[in-house]
Amino acid sequence: MKLTGAQILLKCLEKEGVEVMFGFPGGAVIDIYDEIPNSTVEHILVRHEQGAIHAADGYARATRRVGVCLVTSGPGATNTVTGIATAYMDSIPVVILTGQVPRALIGNDAFQEVDIVGITRPCTKHNYLVQDIEDLAATVKQAFYLARSGRPGPVLVDLPKDVMQQVAEFHYPETVQMRSYNPTSKPHVGQVRKVMKLLKKARRPLIYSGGGVITSGSHEDLTWLARNLRIPVTSTLMGLGAFPGDDELFLGMLGMHGTFAANMAVNNCDLLLAVGARFDDRVTGKVDTFAPKATIIHIDVDPTSIQKNVSVHVPLVADCKAALAALRSESEASLDEFDWVADHKEWVDQVQAWGREHPLTYKDDDIIIKPQYVVEKIYEITKGDAIIATEVGQNQMWAAQFYKYTKPNTLLTSGGLGTMGYGFPAAMGAQRAFPDKLVIDIAGDGSIQMCIQEMMTVVCNRLPVKIVILNNGYLGMVRQWQELFYKKNYCETCLDAQPDFVKLAEAYGAAGFRVTEKKYVESTLREAFALDKPVIVDIRVAREENVYPMVPAGASLTEMLLV
Amino acid sequence: MKKHTLSVMVENEPGVLSRVSGLFSGRGFNIYSLNVAPTLEKGVSLMTIVAEGDDQIIEQIVKQLRKLVPTIKVKDLTEMKSVEREMVLIKVNAEDSKRAEILRIVDIFRCKVVDVSIDELTIEVTGDQGKIGALISLLGRFGIKEIARTGNVAMQRSMQIDL
Repeated sequence: MKLTGAQILLKCLEKEGVEVMFGFPGGAVIDIYDEIPNSTVEHILVRHEQGAIHAADGYARATRRVGVCLVTSGPGATNTVTGIATAYMDSIPVVILTGQVPRALIGNDAFQEVDIVGITRPCTKHNYLVQDIEDLAATVKQAFYLARSGRPGPVLVDLPKDVMQQVAEFHYPETVQMRSYNPTSKPHVGQVRKVMKLLKKARRPLIYSGGGVITSGSHEDLTWLARNLRIPVTSTLMGLGAFPGDDELFLGMLGMHGTFAANMAVNNCDLLLAVGARFDDRVTGKVDTFAPKATIIHIDVDPTSIQKNVSVHVPLVADCKAALAALRSESEASLDEFDWVADHKEWVDQVQAWGREHPLTYKDDDIIIKPQYVVEKIYEITKGDAIIATEVGQNQMWAAQFYKYTKPNTLLTSGGLGTMGYGFPAAMGAQRAFPDKLVIDIAGDGSIQMCIQEMMTVVCNRLPVKIVILNNGYLGMVRQWQELFYKKNYCETCLDAQPDFVKLAEAYGAAGFRVTEKKYVESTLREAFALDKPVIVDIRVAREENVYPMVPAGASLTEMLLV
Repeated sequence: MKKHTLSVMVENEPGVLSRVSGLFSGRGFNIYSLNVAPTLEKGVSLMTIVAEGDDQIIEQIVKQLRKLVPTIKVKDLTEMKSVEREMVLIKVNAEDSKRAEILRIVDIFRCKVVDVSIDELTIEVTGDQGKIGALISLLGRFGIKEIARTGNVAMQRSMQIDL
């Protein structure tokens, strides 16, 4: 039976197991929307295309499945670019379906025409313009395969309107065959042995765990290795949750806002095992003085990550899951002959002593609400069993520092691109994936306003996302830099003119709370979290609280500003 | 900083050249020359890219090229025995008094005159960078009016032996 392009597209999505997509209609995609009621794929109508792509991204991060969004040509497509770049930087599998003007009009500056394939080339893993309906099914198949395999990433498929109207036989290919794309997944046996040898020799080993551990689902092997070989673990922002945040071997995050213990450990370790991390400048500080005493081992599925920023001694190109499983089976045999606990005792003691010397802390107050206190309370109330999304800035760092992530895929945050406005729509996507879970967006008063329009989406789709605004009336992170490095010239960072967030929530049909005194924080949060509807909790926090520790940009990790 | 000649086999699909050139511009790598043409295999093109950089940069360039989805194979020919050739068309001033001298140079360099007018000669030369550089500098004093270069094409030698 012959189907239209629009029908074929939706059949392909069904074959890929897509249960939901986030989107916004427009002229170039009406044919697709015309078929959505006949499909099993649910569509969630957002209020801005940026919300759609972030929601698909949040859905993907929370589920480790491919997120899907559908938008129209021109402005619909360009509105997704920030979200595509966000997913690209953090290696999140998303398929973006964009409408395009009919093929005959491409290149004519037609109404709502834009070269979205050209625009997104540098921020997608790959992208396609479907020129022929005969290629449609195979292209969609490839798009999903590329998005999820190797180092995952966003893949965009541009769909001209007339191709969606053409008819053809529908054949969904069983397999993908590409002569040009074969990501390495299995680790080199010789390299694994070499790593094992180095691990046995090391006296002060440290695991530096990144987002790749979560993406690949290798958190169990990582945890097993760390615990059995007694190796302390520090994590990047993207890696939080891969190793239990409440474990005695966990040092917290490293880098610019990392803990004293983590940064000291990096500086003093004799072996650094980097797993699924990419030595980002926010992690390394000054590259020349990063892990100066260590033999560096780097496990990553993407060869370009290796030797890019930091010169490593032993590269191991492989999927983290395969690599860590191989290391685990190699080391299982060593447990009898090798006393890892005794061997690393001195080091583990030292690292833990650093943790006691300068723990993550803040100067609390009896009346004024400290933002860190709010995050601690959220952790206490949820017992760590929630999905936390963050916006970007101080709220993000406090959410990373003061909430203990014990499971992977429970922190949704824009790590690489640092996209303000990410958290709320991402929380919406995660809430759709897990309707019964508590999903909380820890936000700032600045970033929440960047995608606030999705309040309508969560209300009408009954997605009970909880937004906790750490409201300090500033673009706080920039203000912090201005305070510390720009002589307190708070140029354009003061946001004391702001909407009444409680009324705003109510205007959308959600619930709103405001807290201005410390004693009401816990009770209000409990009340808000118990409601089965979207909520904004506007918490007025200490206005000029800073995120510490802090390593100034470009300084060595040991040059920490402490509380 | 050293020039490396990279042989890059790619799927000949729309936008592939833009993916490659965008990679260079986006990451701040330098392309010295770039040549693309189809191969005998259907749907496959060969690019010869001459890129400049230290070892770490060249390693990144090679890896980043390999990471592009349409890339089938990348070889750094500078790391192996290879032949490299470029073809150049040079339009040079050639009034009567200079013509004999120019033709002598053409003869010595075994290149060809492909166009003549009253006071100009257009010379076609094929060779490696050394030969082309030498010819250009010799012709320079007569006044080169125009130059068109293909950029290097290159191939690995069949026998990788030191003679």
